[in-house]
Amino acid sequence: MDYYLILCIILFSIGAFGMLIRKNMIVLLMCIELMLNSVNLLLVAFSAYYGSSDPQIFVFFTVVVAAAEATVGLSIIIMAYRYLKTTDISLFNNLKG
Amino acid sequence: MDILIWILGGLTIGTALMVVLSKHPIRSVLFLVATFFLISCHYILLNAQFLAIVNIIVYAGAIMVLFLFVLMLLNLSQDKIQKTAYMLKISSVVIGGLFLIILIAALKDSIDFKPIEGVRTDIGYVKVLGETLFSKYLVPFEISSILFISAMVGALMLAKKEKEIIE
Repeated sequence: MDYYLILCIILFSIGAFGMLIRKNMIVLLMCIELMLNSVNLLLVAFSAYYGSSDPQIFVFFTVVVAAAEATVGLSIIIMAYRYLKTTDISLFNNLKG
Repeated sequence: MDILIWILGGLTIGTALMVVLSKHPIRSVLFLVATFFLISCHYILLNAQFLAIVNIIVYAGAIMVLFLFVLMLLNLSQDKIQKTAYMLKISSVVIGGLFLIILIAALKDSIDFKPIEGVRTDIGYVKVLGETLFSKYLVPFEISSILFISAMVGALMLAKKEKEIIE
């Protein structure tokens, strides 16, 4: 069990690290997907160890939310690209005072 | 069996790192697809067969195709993306490493994971999952359909031309 706990923590940290280091908005969304998947893997590991199917249902709902989030996020990125002609997150600073 | 999960874990971490570190976004998408396939292999080893198939169909099939489609549509050239500053890179590495250490230190001894004796092995089957989903979790299931409709409407609204929204 410790194996899956450590593996999921490492995957989640890689996703968070990618959020900090990358500038492309699409890659940032992909890092969010990576973090969501690490949590899913940990839920499935819990379900296997406690012999219950409830965590797998939670994984279904996570997948649903991830699909909705990817759709809305990508359409926001397309809007930003139309407006700024780039997907660089550091140029997306119109709200800065 | 033991060697298999170690190899799978190492490959998963390697491909996840390549997602973050590769320069071109399309390479990142392809490595992310590889990561999802490896996570599905973990699911199969953990007795979640149906979830493994769903993960491949929904993530590697649908969501990643959506990402690739947007990448091709926007026709990005890499020179438009500014380079991350050197100090920012170092601080990102430090923050990511500290985050990893904090999470491991917090969770290492907090729970004593011992597998329960006589665990059921049929939890990943469609029959068991369907019975749980449509009896215990029926209301969240219905609410998720409302979430999908709102996401669809929101995506359509955002994808409209700017003038139409302002008017």
